[in-house]
Amino acid sequence: MPFIPLEEHLPGITGLLEYRKDTAAPIRELTQILLRGPSSLTEGERELIATLVSYRNECTFCTTAHTAAANVLLGEETTSAMLKQDINSAPVSEKLKALLNIAAQVQQSGKNVTADLIQNAKEKGATDLEIHDTVLIAALFCLYNRYVDGLSTVTPTDPAFYNGLGERLKANGYNRLPQGYDHLKNKP
Amino acid sequence: MAHIKVEVGVPGIRSLVMFRPETGKPLYELAQVLLRGPSTLSPAERELIAAYVSFRNNCGFCMNSHAAAARCLYGDEKSIVDDVLADMQQSGVSPKIKALLNIAGKVQVLGKEVHEEDIALARKYAATDREIHDTVLIAAAFSMFNRYVDGLASWTPDDPAAYAEMGQRMADKGYVIPKP
Repeated sequence: MPFIPLEEHLPGITGLLEYRKDTAAPIRELTQILLRGPSSLTEGERELIATLVSYRNECTFCTTAHTAAANVLLGEETTSAMLKQDINSAPVSEKLKALLNIAAQVQQSGKNVTADLIQNAKEKGATDLEIHDTVLIAALFCLYNRYVDGLSTVTPTDPAFYNGLGERLKANGYNRLPQGYDHLKNKP
Repeated sequence: MAHIKVEVGVPGIRSLVMFRPETGKPLYELAQVLLRGPSTLSPAERELIAAYVSFRNNCGFCMNSHAAAARCLYGDEKSIVDDVLADMQQSGVSPKIKALLNIAGKVQVLGKEVHEEDIALARKYAATDREIHDTVLIAAAFSMFNRYVDGLASWTPDDPAAYAEMGQRMADKGYVIPKP
């Protein structure tokens, strides 16, 4: 049960974003730019950063949703699964590994990001913008994960829910749907 | 020195939003609506939550600047800010704000740390759903801002006068994105 009254047909973050739309607007805009805007990191790579941080923040809703989005975008399920067990053994580029190691420290505390971690990312070819966006994506998911769990939103248990959500995040990104969310009522 | 090439001499988040104005715009809009938008919590109380979370995250830039803003906004009662940062539970802040700060402190650790009894305590002192929502979101937002500012090692001035000036600007003008 959520701690505040939220629309029953909108579990997880969606109910919160509909509860207060004036705070939701900049959060959605920021997410859309960071995860879907022009970038030298692919959408799949950026979803992997979101997945890793959500997993380490123990936020089941966000972890499952962004795992689904990453899997749809990457066209496979192995990378997201391996990443959660061990970043360095995941089948991703050396540059992305270096960025994921930065994101993992941001999840703990901003102060944990050392000059060595940054140097390593730069040596693997990461640009200042990629480092900036990695830190901000990781920080943004520290917001989302706390927002979702801190108000005890509902976490669906049916995998079909997340598959549908993953497809929606691929097709529509993070902008509010123009028609709102009433069409999701009475859906299983 | 910052981890990425930002303008020298520009402190904290200001240097970061000048580096990437596209993401800076919604970040400043979020701060403005959360800390200055319509709410039954005063801007001073909301800045206090921001300062408290930043203090717990050990983010010197955010803690000093939001504490300075809160002192300006509290005016004659500005000592409340330093009392809360010294020992929140023993401070003279109202029971409702104390209960909301307790929730914010839990959110700072992890979302899952907020329990039914924390919410019940806030309700006992007449906190509304919307106040509970806003407290959680402010605490979550500063869990982001603090990591952004420190994760890129942006410049944190040492001079207390720099923060007094920032706090005054934040109290007077709110969150206006600096132009590159």
